[in-house]
Amino acid sequence: MTLSMLYGEPRVITVGASVLEEALDRQAVPQTRVDWRPPLPGTSEALARVLADPRREQANATAVGRLLSARPQLVGVRPAREVLGLEPGTFFHAGPPITWERASGPMRGALIGAMLFEGLAATPEEAEGRLASGEGVALDSCHHHRTVGPMAGVVSSSMWMLEVLDAEHGGTAYCSLNEGLGKVLRYGSYGPEVVDRLRWMGEVLGPVLAATLEVTGPIDLRSLIAQALQMGDELHNRNRAATSLLLREIAAAVVEAAPGRAAEVLRFVNGNDHFFLNAGMAAAKVSADAARGVPGSSLVVAMARNGTDFGIQVSGLGDRWFTGPAGVPDGLYLGGYGPDDANPDIGDSTITETSGLGGFAMAAAPAIVRFVGGDVSDAVAATTSMYEITMAEHPAYQIPGLGFRGTPVGIDVALVARTGLLPVVNTGIAGRVAGTGQVGAGLVNPPVEAFTAALTALAAA
Amino acid sequence: MNDLVEVRAGVYHDSVSLMRVSQALTSRPEVAVAVVAMATELNVGLARDLGFELPPATPGDLLVAIRASSPAGLEEAAAELERQFAERVPAGGTSGTQAPPRTVRAAARAWDATLALVSVPGEHAFPEALDAIEAGLSVMVFSDNVPVEQEVVLKDRALARGVLVMGPDCGTAVIGGAGLGFANVLRPGPVGVVAASGTGAQQVTSLLDLAGAGVSHLIGVGGRDLSAAVGGRSTIRALRALDEDPATELIVLVSKPPAPEVARAVQELGLSTPVVPALLGPGQDDLTAATEKALRALGRDVPEWPSWPVPPGVAPGPAGHAALRGLYSGGTLCTEAALVAGTGEFTDFGDDEYTRGRPHPMIDPALRLEAISAVESGVVLLDVVLGHGSDPDPSAWLAPAIAEAGARGVAVVVALVGTDGDPQGLRAQAARLNEAGAAVFTSNAAAARHARLLLSRAGG
Repeated sequence: MTLSMLYGEPRVITVGASVLEEALDRQAVPQTRVDWRPPLPGTSEALARVLADPRREQANATAVGRLLSARPQLVGVRPAREVLGLEPGTFFHAGPPITWERASGPMRGALIGAMLFEGLAATPEEAEGRLASGEGVALDSCHHHRTVGPMAGVVSSSMWMLEVLDAEHGGTAYCSLNEGLGKVLRYGSYGPEVVDRLRWMGEVLGPVLAATLEVTGPIDLRSLIAQALQMGDELHNRNRAATSLLLREIAAAVVEAAPGRAAEVLRFVNGNDHFFLNAGMAAAKVSADAARGVPGSSLVVAMARNGTDFGIQVSGLGDRWFTGPAGVPDGLYLGGYGPDDANPDIGDSTITETSGLGGFAMAAAPAIVRFVGGDVSDAVAATTSMYEITMAEHPAYQIPGLGFRGTPVGIDVALVARTGLLPVVNTGIAGRVAGTGQVGAGLVNPPVEAFTAALTALAAA
Repeated sequence: MNDLVEVRAGVYHDSVSLMRVSQALTSRPEVAVAVVAMATELNVGLARDLGFELPPATPGDLLVAIRASSPAGLEEAAAELERQFAERVPAGGTSGTQAPPRTVRAAARAWDATLALVSVPGEHAFPEALDAIEAGLSVMVFSDNVPVEQEVVLKDRALARGVLVMGPDCGTAVIGGAGLGFANVLRPGPVGVVAASGTGAQQVTSLLDLAGAGVSHLIGVGGRDLSAAVGGRSTIRALRALDEDPATELIVLVSKPPAPEVARAVQELGLSTPVVPALLGPGQDDLTAATEKALRALGRDVPEWPSWPVPPGVAPGPAGHAALRGLYSGGTLCTEAALVAGTGEFTDFGDDEYTRGRPHPMIDPALRLEAISAVESGVVLLDVVLGHGSDPDPSAWLAPAIAEAGARGVAVVVALVGTDGDPQGLRAQAARLNEAGAAVFTSNAAAARHARLLLSRAGG
């Protein structure tokens, strides 16, 4: 076998001692220098074991290949009790599993609101008492049920769910319907206006959208997301283009399916720039789920927060969660709110970053960079740095400003440990006190220990 | 006390760069002591021993500890520190959009390379080297202290990808004219070299160059490659590759004597290109003799190897109790000298136990200078290796130490390994060492024989 380095002009990648790099410069040998730093403290042995695993390269290629080839389609809107078998008194929530005792203000607020919405309590006090005693109440993580929910992510049996099918691999994922901004359940509000809106969504919005999808047939979310990226969305904190595109897809069918209710439904969707977020999250969830369960793979298949813990799951490690404390986002605050009012990071919406959108696609969304505290060059730097910790570039999700380069997709636990670069997450900020609602939006980093713990587990697997 | 102590998180510089910063600070009259280093256990311990009070730090942080004679001096030192770091910020990449790659993997995706050179600390070398292999690139691992199991994994993966791992602990290579690591400037020519020994290869190729015979490629394989554990994986691959190379007419294999089963495997390769072994060990040719064999096999004349004897009257022979002290930077050169001299106490300062957490003695003279000054009588034999990567002017620190040794009645013999093309200038370095009182030889074996001769003259 010919050894190609012996023929042709040497071109050298250098990593390490600058004295050796200078020696190449003096010989005018072309070189690219790696800006190397030591890995996260205490990870070098686990890194060597994980990288030496003979399954890793192929396992990662398989896992990320599935994530990239998923073809999410919006196929239906159905009640949670029907599609998830969710009984009254059972609630799914965002992030890794959590108990009422450890739940933060907005998580508690959303659970109280869901109890009121389901008619399981007459007053917030009664709801709180029932939740605290645990009597007739069960909590579980959305992720354990092919489901994701933004912010508190609370799902109860009467809520209507977006149903997204992966036409490539056959998986299905669910996400609730987006309520809009302001005083909403997902930010922990539970006042009468919140519960009234949920009732309207259950009685009108859900059934109308279900009938609408009967008319349209499956809506191709992969292509819709690809278009929205080229129109300035990053699909986590900015969904204006995607929502507009979705509205175009469904408007005529809404009128056909429910002429009497069409105006109020279209007005509601049109009035909420984040309406698409939940569909995008279900699309991301079904894509990431396709990559689960590949032995030896170090691919992150879920990142999620419950307002107390930030957890990740890894393809080669089954359904185990690796957690660390959720951080407080760094961002801009609404009205008179400030950092003291902020709850730690919360929500399953980090599934967007897990699938190469959100913070990873910041360079596609110059319009929001100031909202999350930065300028356009910061957005480009955020996206380009994520190529360092991801396995692939998305073939369909492209960023015009980077020469239509695919978004960075497929977080590799080993690359996070090697570079110390943590996933960039765009997020909303919930108020700390139950019932407050949204107080701001910004950027947040996951806790390092979630990644080092996952790496250690991979080394032992 | 006028102390400045700082821990800077997330700032990384390699140990050689930081040593230069520390030296620049320490050389200022107002600075008593300066430690600018990554906050490894070793360096933190060092700073604590010097009496600095340190905040908690991890090995990924940069540690700065400076003690000055006055508050004003401390301020000036701090300003100098910032100047030094400003100089070390890599050019380009300031736009924030074109950040340099953080792994070999990222670099290989963005740029069309032919090979990679890894010299990060040994415990961290494996991921970078594996990145290169997975990207289809041959890789030279200059780093030492890499576990042998990792070496075997790397070499097996490389074989499957059709690429080569040079190293770990590979000090030198010359590929397509590009010198990697510590590399002499060699004229191109017909001799291909496969070397499990860096300084051994530098000796052989420098002598070939001095004889007018050039080198096609010098492929290092790492000191353990011919051991039973590694089984000559890279040696076999490199020999086959050179056998295929039309520019290579003769191969020299430089190594310690290989494990018997490895030697057999190498012999059974059935190469069409002749191989001259330079296997250093008892009963074997020394490196100079092996080089001479290679020259004769090429049909070339063997020249008289340049040397610079001590001018009469400059330095006396060794006085007093005559013992031989070998102070080497090159492991193979050290072994060869000990074999040829047959007596004396030899130390290889390039050995892992001296390089953990500090630069190689071919860059950092501190330990050897200390050792020279501790010799009170007899003969000191040492090597000076020139070429890219090595100290840019070794005679600058060595000549005064030789003169001082001479004043103490200690005779100094230098094996000077290098070529006329080397950036330090072989003949200029030889002249300065010689003027300081050292006998200088381009052949290490000749230097060792001379040292033995001096001892016997002294009646040792």
